[in-house]
Amino acid sequence: MGYVFAAPWIIGFVLFIAGPMLASIALSFTSWDLLTPMRWVGFDNYNKLLFNDPLLYQSLRVTSIYAFVSVPLQVALGLVLAILLNQKIRALSFFRSVYYLPSVIGGISVAIMWRWILGTQFGMVNSLLRYAGIEGPSWLGDPKWVLVSFILMSLWGTGGAMLIYLGGLQGIPSELYEAADVDGAGPIPKFLRITVPMMTPVIFFNMIIGIIHALQEFVAPFVMTGGGPHNSSLFLVLYLYRNAFRLFQMGYASAIAWVLFIYIMILTALVVRSSSAWVYYEGSTKGR
Amino acid sequence: MNTTQTWPRPHRRPFRLGAFLSRAAIYGVLIAGAVVVMMPFAWTLSTSLKAPSDIFVFPPRWIPDPIVWSNYPEALTAYPFGRWLQNTLFVVVFSTVATLISCSMVAYSFARLRWPGRDILFIVLLSTMMLPEQVTLIPTFIVFRQLGWVNTFLPLIIPPLFARNAFYVFLLRQFFMTIPLDLDDAARIDGAGYFAIYSRILLPMSKPALAIAGIMFFQFKWKEFFAPLIYLHDSEKYTIALGLRAFQSETWGTDWHLMMAANIVFMLPLIVIFYFAQRYFIQGIVFTGVKG
Repeated sequence: MGYVFAAPWIIGFVLFIAGPMLASIALSFTSWDLLTPMRWVGFDNYNKLLFNDPLLYQSLRVTSIYAFVSVPLQVALGLVLAILLNQKIRALSFFRSVYYLPSVIGGISVAIMWRWILGTQFGMVNSLLRYAGIEGPSWLGDPKWVLVSFILMSLWGTGGAMLIYLGGLQGIPSELYEAADVDGAGPIPKFLRITVPMMTPVIFFNMIIGIIHALQEFVAPFVMTGGGPHNSSLFLVLYLYRNAFRLFQMGYASAIAWVLFIYIMILTALVVRSSSAWVYYEGSTKGR
Repeated sequence: MNTTQTWPRPHRRPFRLGAFLSRAAIYGVLIAGAVVVMMPFAWTLSTSLKAPSDIFVFPPRWIPDPIVWSNYPEALTAYPFGRWLQNTLFVVVFSTVATLISCSMVAYSFARLRWPGRDILFIVLLSTMMLPEQVTLIPTFIVFRQLGWVNTFLPLIIPPLFARNAFYVFLLRQFFMTIPLDLDDAARIDGAGYFAIYSRILLPMSKPALAIAGIMFFQFKWKEFFAPLIYLHDSEKYTIALGLRAFQSETWGTDWHLMMAANIVFMLPLIVIFYFAQRYFIQGIVFTGVKG
């Protein structure tokens, strides 16, 4: 009977996950434009991709810079916000909602909004800078600033991580703080010796999720810059999209998908391996 | 008249400068942050109510003068927006219902029934949550294309029938685990079958969890961009998320006032639902994110 109820997922897993994954491996060894017959090309796609495709390395570079800068900043900013919002203050739920709002809107809507806000001449950011007498850069039109723009935008949407931290903060037993009070510990030792260690599993979780999301960023660069100027915002998934749905190189695009997958696995594995050094799990309460 | 003075004065905390300053600093930071977060929304709203000639001026007018309400009807009729709304509602409502049914059945199986291979498959299910979409994307696209499903809503609504988003299975399973097993046993003694236990006991007791899952999936599907982008080609078939882009045109320049009006209309349901369901959001995240 268990199988009957699990059947939707089991069938779905075979049809929409396992099957396509295997097919995708096979496809990555072929050359196919959907019109002419498929050709088996062995490792040609990977050879070209890894040794003869500067755009792949450009997109890896762009995606990595974005991930390595924005994820740690989001992890830190989210934690700070969560701690501030875990105090006994007025209008708490108002503040929480405001900070979470960008995550509620998300994706396409935020991308369109920010494309307008970062406009060079009459965008909001540069208008505000002009009040201060600063002539703002061409945020999305200057290769030097375009990634900065995307990183700032990602920080604006850090409420999702914040909310997960809040859940974690509320799970810290208050006895720990009471014991520290008895010992006369001030706020800073309490933060460093109790809050941070107790929060490391949540920080770890947010880092993994953050990395996976950052490496798959697509909507913002697609809508706001199309990868430009001069491929300076060519994120990896955007490059994949171009190959698959503009150039119809299905084999080559599949190979890119696997490069992306392996890259994600490597980074995730590095974080997981490092975790034994800094993530603190409280004795026996792990899982339930 | 003096009787009250014989009572001790109500206890008052002594004024401490340090505590006062640190509270002031907290409020200062939080308010400044909230302004930064809200400003882009205010700017979007402001632009959506401006005459085109008022958009490109410095200093900017935050409160438009005149307020051009007609931007909204204009934005909603410039494109087949009503059609897009219909398409979006169809896709979103159908796939939300499909997800709730399929995921709750699967969650029931993983949470309450015992069968060989269950625990291994549950780990497989969890790991699919981490799997990047892109490794299944291209073969899925090719198969849907061979089936003639491009330019139809089928690629958007069929996968949810098969619990394609494992996250919701996980969420519901976690909730089902908290419902006492005795209830199932009692029902079984009364002659209830598996399906009756699922539909008459588990589902009615899980309304909060189903609400969380339904709201989260609804929001996710409303915003979904990539799948509509690759599968829906005729503008008649667009969902709103995809259609918003139509306002930015390479040749004519972007009609920012109309685009922002359309954007406001698009985000309105998200904000309204969030406003009324805040505590569900927070519960959902706490439930799955940390307690896992």
